[in-house]
Amino acid sequence: MLLAAALTTLTLGAYAPPANAEYGDIVINNYSDEAGMRPPIFPHWFHRIRFRCKICHSDLGFKFKAGGNDINMAKIINGEFCGACHNGEIAWSIENCEVCHSAKPGTPTQVHRSTLQTLIMPLGK
Amino acid sequence: MNKPSITVFAALITLAFLGVTGSSHAQAAALSTEKQDPNRFNRLLPPKDKRTPPVAEDGIHDPKGAGVKVLQEPREAFGVLIKGKGGNYVDWVKSLDKKKIKPLYDLDDPELVPMTVDMNIVREVKGTMPDVVFPHEQHTQWLECANCHPAIFIPQKGANPMSMVDIMLGNKCGVCHGTVAFPVTECRRCHSKAKPMKARQKVSAKSTRK
Ligand code: HEC
Ligand code: HEC
Ligand code: HEC
Ligand code: HEC
Ligand code: HEC
Ligand code: HEC
Repeated sequence: MLLAAALTTLTLGAYAPPANAEYGDIVINNYSDEAGMRPPIFPHWFHRIRFRCKICHSDLGFKFKAGGNDINMAKIINGEFCGACHNGEIAWSIENCEVCHSAKPGTPTQVHRSTLQTLIMPLGK
Repeated sequence: MNKPSITVFAALITLAFLGVTGSSHAQAAALSTEKQDPNRFNRLLPPKDKRTPPVAEDGIHDPKGAGVKVLQEPREAFGVLIKGKGGNYVDWVKSLDKKKIKPLYDLDDPELVPMTVDMNIVREVKGTMPDVVFPHEQHTQWLECANCHPAIFIPQKGANPMSMVDIMLGNKCGVCHGTVAFPVTECRRCHSKAKPMKARQKVSAKSTRK
């Protein structure tokens, strides 16, 4: 029964219209699937209303590469990456697992609606 | 996806469609009634009403998760900002200028304001497109010199070969434009400087000669 449900989800996933999330939403999935968590989604639009790029991409050291920072929970609770703010002081703290871990299981690491993702014809090789 | 996983996937799809449960029958039927008119007006252009969809319907958030119930709807946030033509459909430059948003520049010192540099770099463009003006002013509002120099651009006018295809592949300007900052569809925001008359005539003379 459970297996059947999982199969149905898979099928629907394969036939669903292309995802249409907000421009700049980033799914990070280096470890989450394996660990049985939904992958986290980082919304750029939400954070850039509150913070300039420099805070995250210089001061906190996030490299300009989706999935390229090797983030994990141990680093986050030590105050690195998301944990520099999601510490109960600047923003709500990390026990709110599902607010970050909100993607459909199996969603690969991606920058949502990036040029490459939205091109009708693939560019280059 | 590699070969074996495609095979497995195909097998799973077939299995599910053979109707392992009643519910998958029903869902398969629902899917087939949604089949679109093959000769509909726009085949490839995504419809306008699909912009800025609710979080639960955006295709990447799991509507079954607890997260979607508390996350903010982008429409609500964008309603008070200045509209733009692409990307988030927000003009982030104007929204910042008009103080519709007041993003922090430093976590430790909320009063700190960015040191902006007012320096435009004009890049002459091959062909008929207007030249590209790169404004340091609007960039240093958001970013620090070290975000671009020297990893993305050597700080020397003309020292960085660029092309449109390269940008669309996510390099140079395309590191940010096409991922987070306004996307490449907004040609005129970059290609903003009309070519001098002479150069334009030269280009059109060349193209009529063919
Ligand atoms: C609150 C923190 C934060 C802010 C503010 C922020 N970013 Fe990011 N950015 C991230 C995170 C997190 C990632 C994903 C890193 C990862 O997956 O390891 C990212 C990834 C990126 C990427 C890489 C996308 C790709 O192609 O892989 C770009 C480009 C980027 N950000 C640009 C910007 C720009 C431009 C701004 C300012 C308008 C900005 N960011 C503001 C946190 C932030
Ligand atoms: C520079 C500080 C900062 C960093 C770094 C940061 N956040 Fe946030 N984040 C915030 C603040 C502030 C809020 C809003 C808190 C509130 O509404 O009370 C927030 C809210 C959120 C939200 C909820 C958005 C909504 O709709 O309400 C999500 C999801 C989120 N962050 C994910 C992440 C993830 C994932 C990372 C790391 C990849 C991260 N954040 C890194 C400051 C940060
Ligand atoms: C502020 C956002 C945020 C919150 C809150 C958060 N996580 Fe994470 N978590 C992340 C990010 C980012 C990653 C890296 C994802 C990846 O690469 O797969 C991650 C990875 C993980 C991983 C896999 C890697 C590892 O370190 O084992 C697990 C398991 C995990 N989180 C569990 C949790 C649990 C349980 C909670 C609640 C107690 C939680 N997370 C809360 C952002 C968050
Ligand atoms: C968003 C990316 C970006 C940021 C941030 C940025 N620059 Fe630049 N800079 C460029 C580009 C693009 C060029 C032009 C390079 C070319 O023509 O090949 C340039 C060129 C320059 C040049 C060479 C000018 C000339 O006439 O040769 C200097 C000097 C410079 N930048 C200094 C700075 C300083 C100082 C800062 C921080 C206050 C800064 N830049 C921030 C992208 C950036
Ligand atoms: C590191 C990220 C980054 C890079 C690289 C970058 N930009 Fe930008 N650019 C931004 C951000 C952030 C903004 C603010 C507007 C937005 O987010 O939509 C911006 C704004 C602009 C604007 C201002 C538009 C206006 O309405 O005033 C122009 C023009 C522009 N960029 C051109 C370029 C060109 C040309 C290049 C390459 C030579 C380039 N940018 C490279 C991040 C970047
Ligand atoms: C983010 C800024 C930006 C945007 C948006 C942008 N361009 Fe460009 N474009 C450039 C830069 C930079 C160059 C290279 C200029 C040079 O040679 O130094 C370029 C070059 C070109 C060229 C010359 C051929 C080549 O590859 O060098 C053409 C044609 C062109 N762009 C067309 C377009 C069209 C059409 C659009 C809109 C769909 C567009 N561009 C949007 C920045 C931009």
